[in-house]
Amino acid sequence: MFAFLNTHGSELITKTWEQLYISAIALGLGVIAAVPLGILLTRFPKTAKVVIGIASMLQTVPSLALLALMIPLFGIGKVPAIVALFIYSLLPILRNTYIGMEDVDPVLIDAAKGMGMTAMQSIRQVEVPLAMPVIMAGIRLSAIYVIAWATLASYIGAGGLGDLIFNGLNLFQPDLIIGGTIPVTILALVIDWLLGRLEYHLTPVSERA
Amino acid sequence: MPEEQPMVQFKDVEKVYQGGNVAVEHINLEIHKGEFVCLIGTSGSGKTTTMRMINRMLEPSDGQILFNGKDIHKIDAVKLRRQIGYVIQNIGLMPHMTIYENITIVPKLLKWPEEKRRKKAKEMVDLVELPEDYLDRYPSELSGGQQQRIGVIRALAANQDLILMDEPYGALDPITREALQELIKNLQEKLGKTVVFVTHDMDEALKLATQIVVMDHGHIIQNATPTELLTHPANKFVENLVGQDRLVQARADVTTVEQIMLKNPAAITPGKSLAEAISLMRKRRVDTLLVTDDENHLKGFIDLESLETRYQSATSVGDITKSSIFYVNKNALLRDTADRILKRGFKYVPVVDNDQKLVGIVTRASLVDAVYDTIWGENEDYQASDSAKESATPTDQEPATDSAAADDREAPKEV
Repeated sequence: MFAFLNTHGSELITKTWEQLYISAIALGLGVIAAVPLGILLTRFPKTAKVVIGIASMLQTVPSLALLALMIPLFGIGKVPAIVALFIYSLLPILRNTYIGMEDVDPVLIDAAKGMGMTAMQSIRQVEVPLAMPVIMAGIRLSAIYVIAWATLASYIGAGGLGDLIFNGLNLFQPDLIIGGTIPVTILALVIDWLLGRLEYHLTPVSERA
Repeated sequence: MPEEQPMVQFKDVEKVYQGGNVAVEHINLEIHKGEFVCLIGTSGSGKTTTMRMINRMLEPSDGQILFNGKDIHKIDAVKLRRQIGYVIQNIGLMPHMTIYENITIVPKLLKWPEEKRRKKAKEMVDLVELPEDYLDRYPSELSGGQQQRIGVIRALAANQDLILMDEPYGALDPITREALQELIKNLQEKLGKTVVFVTHDMDEALKLATQIVVMDHGHIIQNATPTELLTHPANKFVENLVGQDRLVQARADVTTVEQIMLKNPAAITPGKSLAEAISLMRKRRVDTLLVTDDENHLKGFIDLESLETRYQSATSVGDITKSSIFYVNKNALLRDTADRILKRGFKYVPVVDNDQKLVGIVTRASLVDAVYDTIWGENEDYQASDSAKESATPTDQEPATDSAAADDREAPKEV
């Protein structure tokens, strides 16, 4: 193991970093796009069905195929990888935001409106805080998907821990495969734990389990 | 004084839901300041629809609604709602906000400074007799009754003059419910609020309302005071809604406070000296004096204890006046008032007219007389042999007009 770290140590750190930031950018964009969209869709229930249907359909495209489809559009490298991962991150966040917002007791929304909150104030002060646990669950799920799938992005030259794993496969070196896989798993677990902490702090005190 | 402008006025209002479902039709209704209006009817009668149109939670399909003389359609809906308290059946406290945050939602929307909000919240929990440390709790830590108390004061916290309540006590057990009915009635009288209260419970309406609006199938069937409703139900439907029992009972039950009160309460103005107060007490053989201003508006009371302890330091009656005083309106029904006097253990209750002017006093002795009359008067049905056949209520007595009451008021001035 020490021998492995000696030869691949610095590579491991750069690749882990690449994996992390490809995933982080894709997830960040996913959150920025899907959370407001999910909130918006609760105001238009009919459109919501269509949009969530499209997002579900995108989810079924095999990940390798989706990555390959990005090449004609964005070439190779990190950009197409980020775009593909962004598309994958959308559905869980979108669906959970929508469900979380829909599940807020209509009585509370009525009370908020009746007391004179504007639609925006009701969303920010009442609906989003109450939907937060469900929204965060969607974000955490997306984070794990994105980190795992970012491994495949190495196929289109985005770098990341996938490089180690595919090298190992090509050169029949199991230590490279294991050396690439373990950091992916650890990365996913750590990020999930961090997001869990974030979820805890974003959830209103009374709603914490 | 010219005819007072109604606080809320419905002008031929109609609401048709999508699909042509007519919820209410030809609603003409005036709600005046200080009234406690109950909208009552079976489900689907349009009572909630009527109420929700006042704060534009629903828009009328036709007709006009005026709020303080202004067409509500011309007022920004959000601004309008912040001026009107809103209490709903399921309480609707925000589970993720503390009691303090819940109470001060509207003040916060109105951008009151934090200090003023904190002060108001404390004042409000005191008003409903909950401890101040509840402010930091969450709604789920409170019982249903306590939660609805908070729901009520949340609707008052921004000094709203008009409160809309949609079957607020429907989900509570009878005991809690009664306590909360007392509470809202007291608050409404004490703070001079106007309340529009939707209910399907006739007992509740009779107990709380000063004006009852009976609705059925989207129409107003009768708009009357509780007494009128009991004595002159408009038609069979109202009779059924009121119930035969109550109609029979009502005959003996419509005595107002004015009819039994003593018209010459011992009162004094704040400018008088303490020596004068004592001699008046001595002369009238009482240990408490009511304090009124020159216009005879009720300001508070002084009692012998405070007079004795503060005789050295205070000079005038005004210095030792206690302003927290429980009083009743002269038009209040005796059956409600007696109940409250007895429950709260007061020795006496001052009686005021609609302008808050002192017109009389009800003491426990006057209650005894009234109860005596009522019991022996009413029981003749059950005890034929009963000798006390005198009528329970002085039926011929017209309610005194304001000018007549003003004449009576001169009495305490002889001091």
